[in-house]
Amino acid sequence: MSARTRELFGLIPVSLLVCAGFAAVLVAQSQQASDLTATYGAVFLGLCVFGHLFIRARLPDADPYLYPLAALLAAFGLVMIYRIDVELAREQAQWFVIGLVLFCATIYLLPDHHVLERYRYTIAAVGIALLMLPRFPVIGEQVNGAFLAVKVGPIQFQPAEFAKLAIIVFLASYLRDTRDVLVRSRLKPLTPTAQALLYGIPALFFLLLVLALGLAPVAAVLLGVFTLSAVSLVRERPSLKHFGPLLLIWGLAMLMLIVIRDLGSSLMFFGAFLALVYVATARLSIVGVGATLFLGGAAYLGTTVSHVQSRFDTWLDPFDPELYEATGGSFQIAQSLFAQADGGLFGQGFGQALLELPGGGTILPAAHTDLIYAVITDELGLFGAAGLILVYLLFVARGFKTALVASDGFSKLLATGLTAVFALQVFVIVGGVTKVIPLTGVTLPFVSYGGSSILANMVLLALLLIVSDHARRDRDRAGPGGLV
Amino acid sequence: MNRQIVQLFALTLVLFGVLIAFTSRWTVFEAASLEDNTLNRRGLIEQQQVPRGLILARDGDTVLAQSDPRGRGKQRTYVRSYPEGETFGHPVGYSYINIGEAGIERSRNDALTGDLNEFGTIFRELQSKEREGDDVVTTLDPAAQRQAMELLAGKSGSIVAVEPSTGRVRVMASTPSYDPNLVQDQRVFEALVEDTEQTPLFNRAVQTNYQPGSTFKVVTAAAALDTGKVTPDSIVDGSSPQTISGLPLANSGGVSYGPITFTTALTNSVNTVFAKLGEQVGTQTLVEYMERFGFYKDPQLDYPEDSMRASGVRNADQRLVTSGFDVGRVAIGQGGAEGQVQVTPLQMAQVAGAVANGGKLIRPRLTDRIVGQDGRVEEQIDPATQSQVMKPETAAELTEMMTDVVNEGTGTAAALSDVQVAGKTGTAEVRNETLNQVWFIGFAPVDDPQYAIAVTLEDQPIGTSGGANAAPLAAQVLQTLLGGG
Repeated sequence: MSARTRELFGLIPVSLLVCAGFAAVLVAQSQQASDLTATYGAVFLGLCVFGHLFIRARLPDADPYLYPLAALLAAFGLVMIYRIDVELAREQAQWFVIGLVLFCATIYLLPDHHVLERYRYTIAAVGIALLMLPRFPVIGEQVNGAFLAVKVGPIQFQPAEFAKLAIIVFLASYLRDTRDVLVRSRLKPLTPTAQALLYGIPALFFLLLVLALGLAPVAAVLLGVFTLSAVSLVRERPSLKHFGPLLLIWGLAMLMLIVIRDLGSSLMFFGAFLALVYVATARLSIVGVGATLFLGGAAYLGTTVSHVQSRFDTWLDPFDPELYEATGGSFQIAQSLFAQADGGLFGQGFGQALLELPGGGTILPAAHTDLIYAVITDELGLFGAAGLILVYLLFVARGFKTALVASDGFSKLLATGLTAVFALQVFVIVGGVTKVIPLTGVTLPFVSYGGSSILANMVLLALLLIVSDHARRDRDRAGPGGLV
Repeated sequence: MNRQIVQLFALTLVLFGVLIAFTSRWTVFEAASLEDNTLNRRGLIEQQQVPRGLILARDGDTVLAQSDPRGRGKQRTYVRSYPEGETFGHPVGYSYINIGEAGIERSRNDALTGDLNEFGTIFRELQSKEREGDDVVTTLDPAAQRQAMELLAGKSGSIVAVEPSTGRVRVMASTPSYDPNLVQDQRVFEALVEDTEQTPLFNRAVQTNYQPGSTFKVVTAAAALDTGKVTPDSIVDGSSPQTISGLPLANSGGVSYGPITFTTALTNSVNTVFAKLGEQVGTQTLVEYMERFGFYKDPQLDYPEDSMRASGVRNADQRLVTSGFDVGRVAIGQGGAEGQVQVTPLQMAQVAGAVANGGKLIRPRLTDRIVGQDGRVEEQIDPATQSQVMKPETAAELTEMMTDVVNEGTGTAAALSDVQVAGKTGTAEVRNETLNQVWFIGFAPVDDPQYAIAVTLEDQPIGTSGGANAAPLAAQVLQTLLGGG
């Protein structure tokens, strides 16, 4: 069976899910399934098949599972949003159509992703500009204290969603070039004396600092990891010149915390950055230095910037009555947890979760965006939620598989970066909703309501498929015995 | 680079595993505590949107609680109303979003709201049925309950009647009471909570620490007869005063009876005989029999646990004690700082019920059955034996003795013209012997006991007695229950 035929068959469960999901919601809301169900299902399936045919024509060798998995997530999201608000679902469906057009356009205009390497600095500049956009007067919009949105006329849009693609493309391309010079691979073994001095002095310094400042255990561990990583890194004698742009990225992530004031998106960006640096250089020391600097910066900002600080406090103690009552307090996360508790093992069923108060008003703020995972858990229970995570995991697995199969450095890094940022986005929002980390306003890819999110993720999918198409074609050409 | 990519995937696996772990934490492991969180109003809101089932009296016809719709469409909510008002206030309780639930409304909340377990929910989902509450048919007898409340009007006290062979509670009256229709007003509710003088929210049938007085002699007699310490015809010493635990104890009115039969001793409620007998039976055996009668644990009633109190011997700190007290005085329903018998009216009705039912104690209950909206009986609550308190022969002997109490002893006021009643009176001196707690416990008809009853009134003036003030009320309620009031 060819890859494309497998892809087509993969769409069958998707169409079944759409029909079943809409039917369930309609039954729950009006006690009867109308012809509308079949219509919705058919239209969605038609769009999916159109996308499939386009891939068949342009990227015949691309991974057969990525597209159906994304369609599955989209279908699932559409059903959930339909259940929350019919009008929003209609808008979301329109965004999907536009997203599909953008998806096809990307594939059509970019037959070879290596072209992107040529424009890497332009792309980086565009990415940074996009990130800064919400801070500009007039068009910038502050949502819950974070600067994430841009509003032009009636259209609100989240530039960070696109910026993440730009940054990944830049990093993949930059690191492909410099990964061999960033650190030197073959090192002369040190004499015992030099080794003792190299590690002894910083260790002593570290101990003195811990004692002198009387640091808390967490801070001490952070400092310890930083010292150790920094020493290892210095020992590698990195090229400062080539580190410049990377330091810039670190600075950017910190700046994002200050400028955008959103912990979630900076965690997402910086995490993807570290993942890429690690894959490119295989040096844990860089990750250690980067991660400790980021966490240190985040902790510092968490105690100084009031918006970030309140996010921390509400995360630590969502059931504090005072925080619960405060505006922008812990009401949202507390309600998220209550909604999940209501779901239990099997959930209450499609359309059964409590979203609105009887007297009007909402009990689950931002149910269609930030908290959609809580609604899913409420209605489908632990099993439904775990199933969703599993679908994401399969998508991520296929993404990393693409990176493994790819033959050149840029393709590998690009696929890794796109997949990592996707996985991190899932982790940041689901982790926020389940109180693993502080809750921040990031969308759940393909599922949450939001035009920018859909468009950006459709482009992400297109890029992954392009990389995959090249990689698998190269592998097949190389014949059996290659990487799996 | 491939090794790093695989490691990155492994990290993703771990991170996603954490997500699933935390989701299970909230949905399963900590779900119960989240649902109980005071900030969590979801349960109450959802309940408001589901019509609760009816609460009905024994006849399945008299409505004790119903849900009235307010508003229309998606905004529709339901508010509880109680057609019988104050009469069934204590057993039925209330259910309002602002103050929560009490009584049967609380103990049968799951049935009334149609709350099912996980699998039941899925099943209902598959049948695409609307969530709806079931009706609860109680065991309460509307005519007898109304009469009991009328008899208690203006006084503080309680009347409890049960069916000895089934445990069905037919009457649960407690005064002062409250109108559950009014407590949805927060101010009314708070005023009731703050009324520590009258304590109208306090269900005297199951929550009190009353002194049982001489009605407790039934327990002592059961222990003594059943262990063979005495027979109804044994000659006992009824002289007064006698020394019990080193202190003199006198009979009521200081009457000295001399040698009398044990039956006569119960008929005239002779303190000295029962105190001596208590010492003979001993602490351990007496406590054992009390436990068999249901003392020392919360009533086994389908009623909110924190609205019930265990009967038993309690010390000055109100802690239950099983030894170290003056067993002679406890045997006649008295005691001291180191241990005093304290009971609920339901417990004393159960004591009479165990005797009436051949020594077998049946678990009491307020619910007869749970009926779905389609009329199908979802759950029928069957009688369950709580314990075999004494041998059937002992129960028969005790029945005969208690019959004498009503026919020729202290309890003649409880007699009915056409039905033989058995019973025991009690008059406990309370508040430094300035007031009386008067009691009557009994059952009827003697040859085929249908109902056991306990009647008590608080703080009656000196000169009152169980025989004169409580027994007549018991007679009237028994008459109503037996038909032809």
